[in-house]
Amino acid sequence: MTKLRATTFLIAATLAAPLAAQQEGGRLDIVVQPEPPGLMLGLVQNGPTQLVAGDIYESLLRYNSDLEPQPSLAESWEISDDGLTYTFHLHEGVKWHDGEPFTAADVVFSADVFLRETHARLRASLTYVESITAPDDTTVVFQLKEPFGPFINAFEAGTMPIVPKHIYEGTDYATNEMNATPIGTGPFKFDEWVKGSYIHLVKNEDYYLDGKPYLDEVFYRVIPDAAARAVAFETGEVDVLPGGSVENWDVPRLTEMDGVCSTGAGWEFFAPLSWMWMNNREGPTSDVRFRQAVMYAMDRNFVKDVVWNGFGKVATGPVASSTNFYSDDVTQYDYNPEKAEELLAEMGYDGEAVRILPLPYGETWQRWAEAVRQNLSEVGINAEIDSTDVAGWNEKTSQWDYDLAFTYLYQYGDPALGVSRNYVASQISKGSPWNNVEGYENPELDEKWAAAASMVTPEERAVAYAEIQKEIVDDVPVAWLQELEFPTIYRCDVQDLVTTAIGINDGLRDAWVEE
Amino acid sequence: MWKRFSSNIGAMIGVVLLLAVILIAIFAPLLFSHTPWQMVQRPFLTPFTMDGLPLGTDTLGRDVASQLAYGARVSLLVGLVSTLVALLIGVPLGALAGFYGNWVDEGAMRFTEFFQTIPNFALAIVLVAIFEPTLISITIAIAIVSWPPVARLVRAEVMSVRKREFVDAARLAGLSRPRILMTQVLPNTVSPIIVMASLMVATAILLESSLSFLGLGDPNAMSWGYMIGAARTVIRSAWWLSFFPGIAIVLTVLALNLIGEGLNDALNPHLSRKGKA
Repeated sequence: MTKLRATTFLIAATLAAPLAAQQEGGRLDIVVQPEPPGLMLGLVQNGPTQLVAGDIYESLLRYNSDLEPQPSLAESWEISDDGLTYTFHLHEGVKWHDGEPFTAADVVFSADVFLRETHARLRASLTYVESITAPDDTTVVFQLKEPFGPFINAFEAGTMPIVPKHIYEGTDYATNEMNATPIGTGPFKFDEWVKGSYIHLVKNEDYYLDGKPYLDEVFYRVIPDAAARAVAFETGEVDVLPGGSVENWDVPRLTEMDGVCSTGAGWEFFAPLSWMWMNNREGPTSDVRFRQAVMYAMDRNFVKDVVWNGFGKVATGPVASSTNFYSDDVTQYDYNPEKAEELLAEMGYDGEAVRILPLPYGETWQRWAEAVRQNLSEVGINAEIDSTDVAGWNEKTSQWDYDLAFTYLYQYGDPALGVSRNYVASQISKGSPWNNVEGYENPELDEKWAAAASMVTPEERAVAYAEIQKEIVDDVPVAWLQELEFPTIYRCDVQDLVTTAIGINDGLRDAWVEE
Repeated sequence: MWKRFSSNIGAMIGVVLLLAVILIAIFAPLLFSHTPWQMVQRPFLTPFTMDGLPLGTDTLGRDVASQLAYGARVSLLVGLVSTLVALLIGVPLGALAGFYGNWVDEGAMRFTEFFQTIPNFALAIVLVAIFEPTLISITIAIAIVSWPPVARLVRAEVMSVRKREFVDAARLAGLSRPRILMTQVLPNTVSPIIVMASLMVATAILLESSLSFLGLGDPNAMSWGYMIGAARTVIRSAWWLSFFPGIAIVLTVLALNLIGEGLNDALNPHLSRKGKA
C-alpha cells in the first residue's frame, strides 16, 4: 500500500520552542479521513491507519525533518564501517499495553517473521538481510548480505512497526481477534472504536519516557464529507485537520480564522511527488521531443499558486527536494510555450489526439487536469480528458491504456526505496499501477540505479544519484509536476504537534495543549 | 392555432427566453474571444469588477460568462437530441402497441414497464458510468430513461383514435393496416406528442445538469451542471460560480415549460384551463 489518498497525516513545525514547561492533560479531536480499514499497523499501512496506529505502535527509530534517525524504541545504534552490521540497543523497562515486557525477541519476531509475511514494501528491503538476531533482551543485530544505503530509513513506524510476539506467534495474523484491540508499546492505548463515528485512544500511563505523553486522550473523528469537516473545525468540534482532509479552496478561509495555525511540515519522509505518466511505448508520447514539449507547455507555477494555493513546490526531476540525494543540477523546464511549439514542429506532430487521465481524488485533481489540457492545447496538442473513477484509474494505468496519466507516489526518504521503482526496466510489469507504468527502458541507467543503492557512504551515493538525475531529466520518461504539500490545520494552542518527518502520524507523543 | 399561442403571454415570454438562449449558444464564439477553458485572469474575480469579464472568473481564472454561453450549447444539444431519440423509440413502440393490441400490446407494455420500474435518474447514472461519460453516452442514457412515458402516451392516443369512424371508413376503403396507422391514426396523435416533447427537453436539460453536477458529465464539454458541481466546494466564498449557471438552468427550463403549456392550450383548446375565455 504505497499510494495513500491525499488525506492523512501531518502538522506543524514547532516554531519557537516554548520556554514554558509542557502542560499535562487535555484532549485532542483529530479528523481521520477516510475511516481506516483496521488499526493493526503490521497488517494495514495505508494513510488513515497509520495516522491512528502511529500512536499505538512504534518502531526502533523516528526521523526528524532532515530525515536524520532519532531514538524511539532503540535508545542508540551503530552501523559497522562496511555497512553490513546494524546494532540497536533498546530502551529498558518498556511494556506492552497489556503489561507484558517488551524485549528484543519481539523485534526479531516482528521483522523476521510477522512483517516478512505481511508487509510487501519491507520485504523488498529485507532481501538484503542475512540474519536478524537478539544477543540479549535489549540488543538486536541486523546482518546484511551486501551494503544497502537506504536500510537506515527502514525503521519508521509504518515501515517496520514492532508487534507483540506473545499475541501473534503461531496464530493466523490476519484473523487474530486481537487485531480489533491493538496492543502496542506507543504513548497511547486503544480504548474504543465506534464505527462511522470515532476512535478513542487514552494515555499510556506506563510509557517508558518520563512525563510523556502529555495528553489524556485523543479522539479520531470520522466525518465523511469535506465541507462538513471544515465546518466541524470552524465550530471547534475538532482541533486538528490533517493534510488533505479539506479541499484546497477551503484552506485559506480556515487558516485566516483567529487562533488557527497551519504548517506544511511533516511530509519530508513520504515526500509525495506528483507527475504524469507518459506512455513511452506508443503514440506521440513515445517521442522524447513530444515529452519535452509537454514539460515546456505546462505552466506549473500557475498550478502551484492557483490550484494548490501556493502549497508545495514545482518538481525539477524524479527526486523530491526534501529527501536525501536530491540534485538541482538538471535541465530546467520553465514555462515556455514557444519552445514547446518548436519541438512539436521538429518532430512533425500531426495533431494525433492524446488522452489525459486525471487522478479521481476530487476537485483539485480535476481542475489540475483541466489546466494541463488547456496548456497543452495552447501549443497545439490535441488533448482530451478521460473521465474515470478510482477503479477505472487503477485499471487503465495498470493495463497501460492511457497517454498521459496523473499520479503521485511516496518516496520514503530514499531514492532506492521510493524513486527507482518507477524508472528501472525490471519494474515494468502489467497489472500494477505503482511501478514503471510509463515503460521507460534505459539499461545504462538501470545499472547506475542498482549501483547507487548498494554504495556504502552517503557521499558516494550523492554523486551517483546526481548523475542519474541529470541524465533522466533529459529523457523525460514522465512529466514531473509538483512536490505536494498537504497543510495541516490546527488550533495554535496545540503545541509540538509536528516534530518528525511523518508529522502527526507519530507526533502525539510530544504534543501538548496550552491552557 | 398560432393566434391562440401568441395571445398566451406566458408562452411568448418562454419563446423570447428560449430564443435568447439559442442565439447566445449559436454565437458564443463570436461573443467571447476566449474559450470557456482558457485561464484569462486571476481566479475568483467577482462579477462586475472588470471590463470584459462581466460575470467574474472561476477557481482557475476562467471567464464565467463564456462558460455560460458555451454551456448553453451543451444543454440545448443534449436536450434536443435526447428528446428526438426518445421519440424515435417511444412513438413507434407506443403506436404498434396501441394499434395492433393483443400480444403486441402486452409485449410492448411489459417491456416499457420494465424501464418504468427503475428510477430514471439512477438508471441514467448507471448507464453513463458504464459507458464512460461523453456527450453521446449522456444523450443516449437520457433518451433511454425518458422514452417510456412517450410510448404510454402514444399508445393511449392511438387506442382512442383507431376506434373513430374515419378509421373505419379508411378500412372500408381498402387501405392496409400499416397504411392506416401511418396516414390516418398517427397524424391525429401529434399534438399531445409535441406538448410532451417540449417538456421532455426541459427534463433532459435538468438530467444532464444533474449528471454533470455529480461529475458524470463529459469532461471535455463545458456545461451548466459541471459549473455548479465544480463551484459547490467554494460556494461560501464564491457565490457567483454556482448562482449564474443556476439561473441559466432555471430560465431555460422555465421557458420550455411555458412554451409547453402554451402549446398545450393552443393545440387542445377543449382542455384549456378554466378561467381563460
